Amino acid sequence: MNFILQCGVLFTFLALGELIVWLTGIAVPSSILGMLLLTLSLKLRIVRLRHVDRIADFLTHNLGFFFVPAGVGLIGCLDLIAREWIPIAGAMVVSTAVILIVTGHTHQFVRKRMRKNHPHESGILEKQTEIID
Amino acid sequence: MEFLTNKIFLIAMTFIVYVMAQYLQRRTGIKLLNPILVSIGVLICFLLAADIDYSQYKESGDYIDFWLKPAVVALGVPLYRQLGNIRKQILPLIASEMAGCVAGIISVVLVARFLGASQTVIMSLVPKAVTTPIAMEVSASIGGIPALTAAVVVCTGIFGGMAGFKIIKLGHVKSQIAGGLSMGTAAHAMGTSAAMERSDRYGAFSSLGLTLNGLLTAILSPLILQIMGYSI
Repeated sequence: MNFILQCGVLFTFLALGELIVWLTGIAVPSSILGMLLLTLSLKLRIVRLRHVDRIADFLTHNLGFFFVPAGVGLIGCLDLIAREWIPIAGAMVVSTAVILIVTGHTHQFVRKRMRKNHPHESGILEKQTEIID
Repeated sequence: MEFLTNKIFLIAMTFIVYVMAQYLQRRTGIKLLNPILVSIGVLICFLLAADIDYSQYKESGDYIDFWLKPAVVALGVPLYRQLGNIRKQILPLIASEMAGCVAGIISVVLVARFLGASQTVIMSLVPKAVTTPIAMEVSASIGGIPALTAAVVVCTGIFGGMAGFKIIKLGHVKSQIAGGLSMGTAAHAMGTSAAMERSDRYGAFSSLGLTLNGLLTAILSPLILQIMGYSI
């Protein structure tokens, strides 16, 4: 569908996000609010997939490119990195490992509990496990 | 040499460098030669060598930068496409994403603080697990340096993509859903592409993890930081 229309839809949701931030002053990025509103509107069929899918696929499949200029901004904090690279690297490695383990185990634990507490549903879950695992 | 600071030339240069970096990685197959990282490195070297002030490059860069916000909004489309997956196991998903997000933010702040990082650096590290456009927005909104965040996010992705499955195995995370979810939660798109190489199932849940953690990090970071005694 019309590319300009697709851009229009996308920017309308971004503008709605901006409006919410402006009205409430919350510290959540306007783009995140726009994303949630877009998902919700797709779900409620206020907007159809064909009204945004081409521009959305283009942007999400090429996300990497769009943050190159921001990364070049590193040129302004080379000193900072030289000074603090140990805490930066240390925190990055430890925290990544923590997230991997905590997320994985919480998921395994909750699913196990669900199977125990809802024997009726466990059959369904078991079936899903076969397909998914 | 005046032409080197021409706005349009610098935009074209950014496109070309990125395309060449993509080509380089495809040809060599080396994960460490991440196109984003390589492009940033090449452009920084170019600016330093040609003695171009960053503010001059930024004028061009802003035109590309501008698309980050709509790109995050566009992530609503893959999220919508995955709603079916989410509904099937909403409870384990929410519980594990909340736990992973909170544990990630608290651990990164504590370790960075313990190793003597300044507050600006700590704030820049907070959103390091999520996809860059979201991370940079969060970083800006909590008082970090978005450019530093972008670099750390890329490094996190490379580390997670390369070591993630080893860590998961060492930590006895056995289920594929849990493993895929963890990869996307901890190492965003690069974790997801590593997961995608294993299987589509891994990949699907990994991209779910990436989206949900992006969302939770954006919403919870300011709250968690305030509870930890930082004023934003």
